[in-house]
Amino acid sequence: MIITLNHYLLLAAMLFCIGLYAALAKKNAISILMGIELMLNACIINLVAFNRFMAPDMVVGHVFGIFVIALAAAEVAVGLALVLTVYRDLLSVNIDDFNWLKW
Amino acid sequence: MSVSTIVFWIIAAVVLGSAISVVTAQNLVHAALFMVLTFFGVSGLYVLLEADFLAVVQILIYVGAIAVLIVFGVMLTQRKGMEETNVSSSHKWVTGILVTILMVGFAYAVTRTPWQVSDHAAPESTVGLIGELMLTRFVIPFEIVGILLLVAVLGAIILTKGARRLP
Repeated sequence: MIITLNHYLLLAAMLFCIGLYAALAKKNAISILMGIELMLNACIINLVAFNRFMAPDMVVGHVFGIFVIALAAAEVAVGLALVLTVYRDLLSVNIDDFNWLKW
Repeated sequence: MSVSTIVFWIIAAVVLGSAISVVTAQNLVHAALFMVLTFFGVSGLYVLLEADFLAVVQILIYVGAIAVLIVFGVMLTQRKGMEETNVSSSHKWVTGILVTILMVGFAYAVTRTPWQVSDHAAPESTVGLIGELMLTRFVIPFEIVGILLLVAVLGAIILTKGARRLP
């Protein structure tokens, strides 16, 4: 049995779905950030797998993967800063308590 | 079955198992550690896909920086004990069903699409090619990512410490 592009795509899709579940159904704001990280990882797996199987002699997929990793780092830094700021005022990281913008 | 096939299945099991544990672990610190395991597994996948530089970058940035940052976040925001810190909200069943439907849709789309697979060999080492592309064809996105990282760092500092006008 040979591992094809489909195997990698399905694995990435499953990882994405698990991350989406964590991002949508978790109460803790940090769990949500972890779910987003899992989704970004699935996205990079897709980029690299497409690069390997459809155009292996160009490394454009790798370059975009590195850009996505940089975006993930920026996202988690700002996200955690937001969570910590909100935590200082509310003393909670439960997103059900984050209702300042609700009217 | 070749060695790389067996390795792929082992890594796939590790990645999916630890990703599910990220969701199901009751203790948030355990979830963060399972997330580290997921990142290691994904880096193994990059090695299988012959993306050597990306595998190293994955370990350096995801395991070395992002995971540590998230563990810091966990430690700084939990007051009481760590039990039951990773609970799901009340609409978890709806979310589960939606996610399952999405997964079925993905599987249908992936298996029905005729991918045009090329049989070229992957380059021996990707580092030089990536560096060349980044500084020629993708130099503008490269600079923009640099600016974005700078803005993100400044934004994170200002969000947590607050901005003050100099006297």
